[in-house]
Amino acid sequence: MMKKNRRPQTITEKIIQRHCGQQAAFPGNFVEVNVDVVLANDITAPLAIQEFRKNFGARRVFDPRKVVLVMDHFTPNKDIRSAEQVKLVREFARQQKIVHYYEGGSCGIEHALLPELGIVGPGQLIIGADSHTCTYGALGAFASGVGSTDVAAIYATGKIWLKVPATIKIIYSGELNDYVGGKDLILYTIKQLGVDGARYQALEFSGRVIEQLSMDGRFTMANMAIEAGAKNGIVEPDEITAAYIRNRFFDRPTYLSSDQDAEYVRQIEIDCSKIKPQVARPFLPENSFDVDRLPKIKIDQVVIGSCTNGRIEDLRQAAEIFRHHPVHSDVRTIIIPATPGIYRQALAEGLLKVFLRAGAIISPPTCGPCLGGHMGILAAGERCVATTNRNFVGRMGHVKSEVYLANPYVAAASAVAGYIVEPKTVKKWKKKF
Amino acid sequence: MISGRAHKYGDNINTDEIIPARFLNTSEPGELARHVLQDLDKNFVDKMKPHDIIVAGKNFGCGSSREHAPLAIKSAKVGAVIAENFARIFYRNAINIGLPILESPPAVAGIRSGDKIKINLATGEIFNLTKKEKYQSVPWPEFMRNIIRAGGLLTYLRKKEKK
Repeated sequence: MMKKNRRPQTITEKIIQRHCGQQAAFPGNFVEVNVDVVLANDITAPLAIQEFRKNFGARRVFDPRKVVLVMDHFTPNKDIRSAEQVKLVREFARQQKIVHYYEGGSCGIEHALLPELGIVGPGQLIIGADSHTCTYGALGAFASGVGSTDVAAIYATGKIWLKVPATIKIIYSGELNDYVGGKDLILYTIKQLGVDGARYQALEFSGRVIEQLSMDGRFTMANMAIEAGAKNGIVEPDEITAAYIRNRFFDRPTYLSSDQDAEYVRQIEIDCSKIKPQVARPFLPENSFDVDRLPKIKIDQVVIGSCTNGRIEDLRQAAEIFRHHPVHSDVRTIIIPATPGIYRQALAEGLLKVFLRAGAIISPPTCGPCLGGHMGILAAGERCVATTNRNFVGRMGHVKSEVYLANPYVAAASAVAGYIVEPKTVKKWKKKF
Repeated sequence: MISGRAHKYGDNINTDEIIPARFLNTSEPGELARHVLQDLDKNFVDKMKPHDIIVAGKNFGCGSSREHAPLAIKSAKVGAVIAENFARIFYRNAINIGLPILESPPAVAGIRSGDKIKINLATGEIFNLTKKEKYQSVPWPEFMRNIIRAGGLLTYLRKKEKK
């Protein structure tokens, strides 16, 4: 093997390289790649299907095992129109013999569901018509969001064109403080970079803190790479990844890592011992503050869920607070297990009992309120602390409502207090249960 | 040539502002067009005229991957969007569906709301007829030029397959 002249590559470049044959996968190059998994949901799939049919008629999709359709955004269908949209997708899935079609009781939030079911794994190239498709980068995959027309093109050809992104490497050192997790790390990072700081680029999360971070924490971080404008977020796969995909992942995993001398457009070191629980104030995810620096902000609603923080670890953290403290009477508290599997796990662990006793509402798995769909919409002037990913104007309802982004500990503690508060403050209060 | 009046907005205009999710229970273009930019400027639909031009700062179209955003703008008969730069997915989507978008920091700096604008898509030149100024836009990569020439990604692919 001639290895002498080989130009070093990052993990992102290596995955793209393995999917584009002879073309050179280096930053700035346009390449055509083979897609391992293509995803769309109840909002983006109807448009993709319409475009596919308009342009390619009754053609079969490139591979019915690689097309994934998850009807998660407005599930359970919130109105006639959303039901019609899902019906269109369901009929397409039947006609095309799509293997991975999910609605009703099998449906969960796509970016929690696909890893859980083993549809995505290390080394894959995954494209989804949903901006948070970047979540799967946590498994050491290249995963990126696109629109419906790109997905229609993949249905027809199995391929997509990409511009190979340059990579920003972020090295997380030090130790994590109490009540700090993946959500705080990524909010802190987005604050440093700005909401367009990684535009068109890859974000590679590395360092000792990431090596010790749970899979759920890594999913949260990769999930929000898009909120810094990134094309993908990625973590090099390791034993934690291998343990997660064992007995799940259908395919043979490919474990890749960045070359020691790979080129990065930027390297940033973040000392995690300085990071306190973060809260991103409206109306951009970059507006984050240490929770103890905020004034007393009264709230009307708390949402714990979404593709960002609706996993079992997130529910366990919320339960740690609700186990001893009830929800404040002025705060609607909505807990959304992200998938049926997480729901069952929470039931088995007794977490749902804890939530009900505390006075929270348990929702079926759905994206629902995160995007202002249903299941918890805000009125004018209302404020919500949410473990979701976007706090844009009108994101969860009325244009004059506000969303504050936080981790599950902060969200649960704030639900108890009635205002945004540090988890450790609530922990010191007299136990009610 | 595209010509119309400019409607100017700020940085980081996101897809929730371009078309809020409460209208995403349909992908019917005419319906989407009726709500375009509603949460950013509720008067936009009433005051805009066909071929008018949206001008904005950096990172236009950030947020979700909803193609309904460029589709709503295109279906409302907006002539083009000029911004300092675009969020990645919005950029792809606009090119793929044939909505003219131009990156031009000097144009964004020079143009005020209400200015009469003329765009030559072939050369990337933007003319401000009100202020009698001319700005250049960043040229599209050759690869994308082919998609734009074909009128969108899927027609480009069909033409390629026929060859």
